[in-house]
Amino acid sequence: MGVLNFLFPPRRKTAVIAKERLKIVLAHERAGRTAPDFLPKMQKELIDVVGRYVEIDDDMIRVTLGKSGETSLLEINIEIDGAKPKKSPPPIANTPSAAASVKSG
Amino acid sequence: MAKVIVVTSGKGGVGKTTTSAAFAAGLALRGHKTVVIDFDVGLRNLDLVMGCERRVVFDFINVINGDANLNQALIKDKRNDNLYIFPTSQTRDKDALKREGVERVLEELKQQFDYIVCDSPAGIEHGAITALYFADSAVIVTNPEVSSVRDSDRIIGILSSRSRRAERNEPPVDIHLLLTRYDPGRVSRGEMLTVEDVGEILSIPLLGVIPESESVLRASNTGTPVVFDEESAAGRAYLDAVARFLGEQREMRFVKPEKRSLFRVLFGRA
Repeated sequence: MGVLNFLFPPRRKTAVIAKERLKIVLAHERAGRTAPDFLPKMQKELIDVVGRYVEIDDDMIRVTLGKSGETSLLEINIEIDGAKPKKSPPPIANTPSAAASVKSG
Repeated sequence: MAKVIVVTSGKGGVGKTTTSAAFAAGLALRGHKTVVIDFDVGLRNLDLVMGCERRVVFDFINVINGDANLNQALIKDKRNDNLYIFPTSQTRDKDALKREGVERVLEELKQQFDYIVCDSPAGIEHGAITALYFADSAVIVTNPEVSSVRDSDRIIGILSSRSRRAERNEPPVDIHLLLTRYDPGRVSRGEMLTVEDVGEILSIPLLGVIPESESVLRASNTGTPVVFDEESAAGRAYLDAVARFLGEQREMRFVKPEKRSLFRVLFGRA
């Protein structure tokens, strides 16, 4: 039997593949359904901020809302491995002056 | 107290109208006064499946607009005294189904009937939302196939967030899974999702499994709800589902591949 399986590997049952694919896509869609409305906007702003320092693509940042026991968990994954740092990060408006005023005060 | 049941699925072509016709006829056969309403404005088909297409005079929109009264529009089934059909309109104005109008008509129907079966259009647009909005119970018609299961999940989400019961924080809509076009042979060969798979993924209670059957097309060809065909496996499976809906315990039939004798292979009917 082992030799036969080696020579003619059994094809995976398509129903098993269907079930696995459905479980993954539905887990994703159900999470999206209960997520607060600000999530997509926040994801976009996070991409903007990170993008000021390193060159990243939109798909390198993932914001997901999960649950760990009783607590809701906001998970932010930013993949910067292999991302090129930007040569001169642009200054963020207001921040330097705000910091200065704190120091002087 | 009259109960409003929506038959819905998200996806089209999975058997909502067949199920609405069979389920309503099954409830009527059990002695309950039942009306089945077509919510698919512009694409009227319940009348054909119920075999009363030549008796339609007034429709749902006429009654909502006050152009006809309810008893002028209701069509009494010729096979069962407990069964009535309420056809929809062929207007192209999909928004003709006003929520307040539908509510008024349903309240009036509740005075006369035990069960009001709402045959939902496919999709998640206005018509489908209106069909499920007033529901007390829902029958989710699902095929053992990825796109149908995904769309069922979507419509279950909508039922639990956008129905009137959800909006009013009342006890939630009682949701049931009805798996149709099930082919036990293909399931046993690993080519089709099992009833357990679909139940696990959607996590709603199973009302019944309707086997893929030639008798379903024969029934719609002749305009007869399939439960009136006593030979039909699908018809018997629908009657089992109705019995379970009414609180009876019934063993699941037609979920294992059938051993066919040579006689049945040569002369058999599905």
